[in-house]
Amino acid sequence: MINKHNLHHHLFLFSTLLFLWLLLTSSLAMDELLAGILVASIVSLISAPYLDIFNGVRYTPMAVVAVLRYLGYFFVALIRANFDMAGRVLSPSLPISPAVVEVQTRLKSRLGQMLLANSITLTPGTLSVDLNNDRILVHWIAAPEGISLEQATHDIASGFEQHISGFLE
Amino acid sequence: MRLIADIILLLGAVFCFLGALGLIRMPDIYNRIQAGTKAATLGSIAIILGVGLLYPSWWGKLVCISGFLLFTSPVSSSVLARAVYLSGVKPWSHKEKASASLKHQTGEKS
Repeated sequence: MINKHNLHHHLFLFSTLLFLWLLLTSSLAMDELLAGILVASIVSLISAPYLDIFNGVRYTPMAVVAVLRYLGYFFVALIRANFDMAGRVLSPSLPISPAVVEVQTRLKSRLGQMLLANSITLTPGTLSVDLNNDRILVHWIAAPEGISLEQATHDIASGFEQHISGFLE
Repeated sequence: MRLIADIILLLGAVFCFLGALGLIRMPDIYNRIQAGTKAATLGSIAIILGVGLLYPSWWGKLVCISGFLLFTSPVSSSVLARAVYLSGVKPWSHKEKASASLKHQTGEKS
């Protein structure tokens, strides 16, 4: 069940679960900790058949830095998105010119593509609609007239892609 | 500390209100999903942050909640948008021409 190939995935899932447990109980008492370790191991063993989802994760120290930088970038984008949306909603003329555009991604792993699509949904004026291979269909609330695939990719996805590719393939 | 927490709570409530306003004002479902998702996400995270400042012993659970919110709310709105898109609803547009060409595209796809 555990082989060298997915030992990393098991450890990753185990530590994530244990971290969640610690956040939830917010105590380091011995019995709580033991129960958490037990449950986390059982869950990560049971979910062995589904661990392929972690295939793109890079297990390097630099990846941690990349995650933190991604989170920083993401929260700035989220706050900007909200002020952008507030401005549009509050202005009487409702300045929107929506269109559906396509965006291409370099990310290979399913997890990376999902994270990118999620990030696009939460950033200024864009909403991921569909995901086909390496194309993400995006509903853009203020799309410029006749924008090309490369330009749309550059405007919407490349910033996140660069940050995500630090810790996911 | 109390004052900062109150301000953040108020900000969260304002964002949630703007999201609701967006739901009413936006012309079609895609734009409504956009307004709803973003405002609800940041609004609830701001409210959670404010609660965390008022009750510092809860921060672990609150971090968990905001993490789950950040993961689930974009997924649910994307799934909604995808279902709407696949069922053939065309995005609202200023110009009839643009929406006609989009309708043509979706017709070809399905």
